[in-house]
Amino acid sequence: MKRLGWISSFAVLMMALVLIVVPMLDKSAVAGRPAAVEIKIDNFSFVPPTVTVKAGTQITWTNKDDIPHNVVSEDKSFKSKVLDTDEKFTMTATKPGIYTYYCSIHPKMTGKLVVEQ
Amino acid sequence: MPEQKDRNVILYDHNHDGVDRRGFLKCMAWAGAGALCVVQGGVLKSYALNDASKMQMAGKSDLSFVQISDSHMGFNKAANPDVVATMKVAIDKINAMPVAPEFILHTGDISHLSKPSEFDTVDQLLKSARAKDVFFVPGEHDVLEDNGQQYRDRYGKNTKGDGWYSFDKNGVHFVGLVNVMNLKAGGMGSLGTDQLKWMKDDVSHLSKSTPVIVFAHVPLWTVYLEWGWGTEDSAQALSYLKRFGSVTVLNGHIHQTMQKVEGNITFHTATSTAFPQPHPGAAPSPGPMKVPAEQLRSLLGVTDVNYVRKRHSLALTDSSLE
Repeated sequence: MKRLGWISSFAVLMMALVLIVVPMLDKSAVAGRPAAVEIKIDNFSFVPPTVTVKAGTQITWTNKDDIPHNVVSEDKSFKSKVLDTDEKFTMTATKPGIYTYYCSIHPKMTGKLVVEQ
Repeated sequence: MPEQKDRNVILYDHNHDGVDRRGFLKCMAWAGAGALCVVQGGVLKSYALNDASKMQMAGKSDLSFVQISDSHMGFNKAANPDVVATMKVAIDKINAMPVAPEFILHTGDISHLSKPSEFDTVDQLLKSARAKDVFFVPGEHDVLEDNGQQYRDRYGKNTKGDGWYSFDKNGVHFVGLVNVMNLKAGGMGSLGTDQLKWMKDDVSHLSKSTPVIVFAHVPLWTVYLEWGWGTEDSAQALSYLKRFGSVTVLNGHIHQTMQKVEGNITFHTATSTAFPQPHPGAAPSPGPMKVPAEQLRSLLGVTDVNYVRKRHSLALTDSSLE
């Protein structure tokens, strides 16, 4: 009797875990988009210049240029500190919308971030 | 190694003495020897720097100063791992000039990352320069993170707004402008309405025969739109200078010598003391240009400016560090 009780508790626990963990693992497969996105800064450009993500995606800009740059949204909703070579800026895109951003040091450098539901 | 461009002799007429005027001046020093551009009696001639010793400037100049630019103190990447050394060479060159310049004009990007230690190093190095005074305008690298507060604390005494100001030396009126603040996405350098209003008023009381020298970091003419090498609202600033007989605009930012004459205005950009940048469109981006180590100093330099009052002549001499 005791052993059966132990087995069924274990089974319930495993099922619970499966029900919690599997949807998490499946999230990207269901959504069709990665949970994290990388943008490279190089040669005075943001690469890729336009990125589309789901709300909740983590975005990391890495400066691979030999000159400092920064990342500033035109609507002032996000702004990085100045990034020297190999420094990164990470943020999570929470609010859906279209965000144009640029490097405020070299303003010809522009990019676009599209955040979907 | 880029070839030296042909230098055309050009005549232009700052003192309206009836000398013919041709539009465009190509007095460029891309590499190797510098170029000496001299106006004497209203005639502009150019000489290779190694011929300059043969040429005699008749009469001592009334005002002699040096423009340096883009020291980028703190930069340490491949294009120049030792910007302290090259700035020292530039200062040695200034100190070796036959006539000690009265002051130095630094047209910005003093520091590379607006760090206090970087500004401190430049201040320290400049102490060994013969010139008594140094005047600055900021570059975009000098106003990072704090809207230029540190720059103004250090160099902005008696300046207005973001750090603009004017002063007079030996009858020449100098106007220092700030065009690296509040830059808009997709845009170039910017002066802004407050500064333009101040400038209009500042020059309005001057007689049209007063020589005017304007200095600012980003070029006040569009050298290359795609790389942001220009100033959005410079046309308005230049309109306030139309009535003057002699106007010279000194800029930095592009890390190479370029010169243009348009009407009564001579535009001149200086080389950097830190690293060269490519010619417009010659590379995918305007970043630091790596060259063989033995060529580096030939692409860096200083500019000597001499003004002779009674001849209304202004001579701009670009010389490389080697």
